[in-house]
Amino acid sequence: MAVTAMKDYKFSPADTQDKFHGGQLLYVGWDDHLMFCAPFAYCLPPTTLFSDLCEKILANSFGYHPDWKKIDFKAATWLKSGKPWQADPSKTLAELGLKHKDVLRLKTPGLKGIDGTSS
Amino acid sequence: MDMQASKKKLGLKEKYAHMTRGLDWETSYQPMDKVFPQATFEGIKIHDWDKWEDPFRLTMDAYWKYQAEKERKLYAVLDAFAQNNGHLGVTDARYINALKLFLTGISPLEYVAHRGFAAAGRNFPGVGPRVACLMQSLDEVRHAQTQIHALSNYNKHYDGFHDFKYMIERVWYLSVPKSFFDDAFSAGPFEWMIAIGFSFEYVLTNLLFVPFMSGAAYNGDMATVTFGFSAQSDEARHMTLGLECIKFMLEQDPDNLPIVQKWIDKWAWRGIRVLSLVGMMMDYMLPKRVMSWKEAWEIYFEQNGGALFGDLARYGIKVPECLAQCSIDKEHISHQAWATFYQYGGAAAFHTWMPTDDEMDWLSAKYPNTFDKYYRARFTHWRDEAEKGNRFYSNTLPMLCQVCQIPMLFTEPGDPTQICYRESDYEGEKYHTCSDGCKHIFDDEPQKYVQAWLPVHQILQGNCFPEGTDPTVEGFNPLAKVLEWYHLEHGKDNLDFEGSRDQKNFDTWRGLATKNT
Amino acid sequence: MSTVFIAFQTNDDTRPIVESILADNPHAVLDEQPAMVKINAEGSLVIKRESIEERIGRSFDLQELQINLITISGHLDEDDDQFSLSWKN
Repeated sequence: MAVTAMKDYKFSPADTQDKFHGGQLLYVGWDDHLMFCAPFAYCLPPTTLFSDLCEKILANSFGYHPDWKKIDFKAATWLKSGKPWQADPSKTLAELGLKHKDVLRLKTPGLKGIDGTSS
Repeated sequence: MDMQASKKKLGLKEKYAHMTRGLDWETSYQPMDKVFPQATFEGIKIHDWDKWEDPFRLTMDAYWKYQAEKERKLYAVLDAFAQNNGHLGVTDARYINALKLFLTGISPLEYVAHRGFAAAGRNFPGVGPRVACLMQSLDEVRHAQTQIHALSNYNKHYDGFHDFKYMIERVWYLSVPKSFFDDAFSAGPFEWMIAIGFSFEYVLTNLLFVPFMSGAAYNGDMATVTFGFSAQSDEARHMTLGLECIKFMLEQDPDNLPIVQKWIDKWAWRGIRVLSLVGMMMDYMLPKRVMSWKEAWEIYFEQNGGALFGDLARYGIKVPECLAQCSIDKEHISHQAWATFYQYGGAAAFHTWMPTDDEMDWLSAKYPNTFDKYYRARFTHWRDEAEKGNRFYSNTLPMLCQVCQIPMLFTEPGDPTQICYRESDYEGEKYHTCSDGCKHIFDDEPQKYVQAWLPVHQILQGNCFPEGTDPTVEGFNPLAKVLEWYHLEHGKDNLDFEGSRDQKNFDTWRGLATKNT
Repeated sequence: MSTVFIAFQTNDDTRPIVESILADNPHAVLDEQPAMVKINAEGSLVIKRESIEERIGRSFDLQELQINLITISGHLDEDDDQFSLSWKN
């Protein structure tokens, strides 16, 4: 719907990919681990390997949680925009079809956070 | 001789009418619609501006007389407070962090409100609301100034107060209140009045002011209590202006109803999101707590708001739908918000901490359905880790909501273990929101929000470093540079209350005030 | 029926005002809080200039309420003689 305005109300979006110096935005949340209050926001080169994402980048963000080292990534599942999504550690973000401002959710069955409270 | 009855003095209503609308005229040198170019574009139809009923009828002589009396009383107290080291009278120095949040997050908004009411007043063809807006604009700049005066004494002694005017445009959590007012200020005068005059100043005001001012009263903060009371009667006038505005718009033309309803829906939701900061303040930042956020919500929104919307029902106004969710959210948002500031305490210009056992028991009692089930475990874990020297500071930026600009910390209304994710696609770009309420606002006016200055995205674009910063140097620490750009002194303004300069100083000074050695 | 309310700072100036309100509005309920006094009433409440003047022994301009008023709930109507709050539902 158009904004009600006195003139043509048109402004360019503030966060198009070209503004991120070769990177793209990717958001990643870990279900049932609300210790991390919100999904994280990353700006990553599209050539980032998914294995590096998990082993280095996400590990750095989520590693404080005692559950992190218990994760079996082979059993873990992912959602992209809320729908099941197939990860592949050997591929890059671009090869996996991940676009600017995509959001992933990591699900690690059996790991239910601090004292099972989803924290 | 017969006694001549003296002529009766002009009554309050007549006097006010003569001194306001009686002084007005229709322009002849230029047509009215050129002199008031913003009066109709929003689609609001006004047929008779004379039907506006002035709420409080203060002519200038009365206004200045009573405002001057209030100022005299206020500044006398502020002087005494400063002279007597009143700051040492607070319960404990953790409380002072609530004031940092207030000065950086609320006081700049008072200033924008001043500009917004001046603009609205300038743009209304009707003299009744024009004068009322002018008076409110004066009140708001008064509030900005009196808040700054009241809190300046704290700035002499404690960290985090030093640069509110600079921080409001930069610091990540301050974009939440800032974007709220920017959204209203960039709207037309009628939407401004419903957004601020009605939704903020009537529906939600008690949920901002009473918690902060009662919090001040309960925690020995004479300066803030006095400022609060001094501002409150101004606020009562603002409330009546907001209520009259909505009544007037709804009575002028039935076509105004859907527009007004849409604005109420939007602004109630936006306001409630901003109030998450107040909820966390009430439940976590007051050593001596007044009541829980849940209780405040029940009294000031559910009951009081119920009376208001019951009254407006005769015009066809409905309670905003998204508000049903608030009766669920009221038991969660304060804990979720405090958990957020705790973990991002490295980048906050106030201290954070974990509650004590007594405080957690208070939270359990006030939130029997939620605190122990969802939040106590993580807080206890964090406290234990902090005691081991492993205090949790998040090292990664959070995802923000495109509309309210708060981190995506809110959970699904039906499932508090699940973050609420909502998405919209607009002109080839993806936008994320935290809730149905924010998504709906985005989808209704996407052009307004695609241009949002989201702090996390701006940091990632490299726009939040001091001038001359070279991000390619060896060992570049982006967080350190962002803090520098924020004018936030690392190790002084931020991090845990335990071990802070504020804590040490307060204890030392209070000791000096009560002991001889 | 919805509740209207009015709240004042607690001080010597408001004591006679509060007394007047409670005397003129038998259905009103007093709620004392730190530094603040709140009066709740079902449907409506009225503050009469004369009642206050009787208690303070001088003429009183109802607009003096501005100095100590904290907050209100309800539609306001004021004139020289009284100040009233009501909900019309």
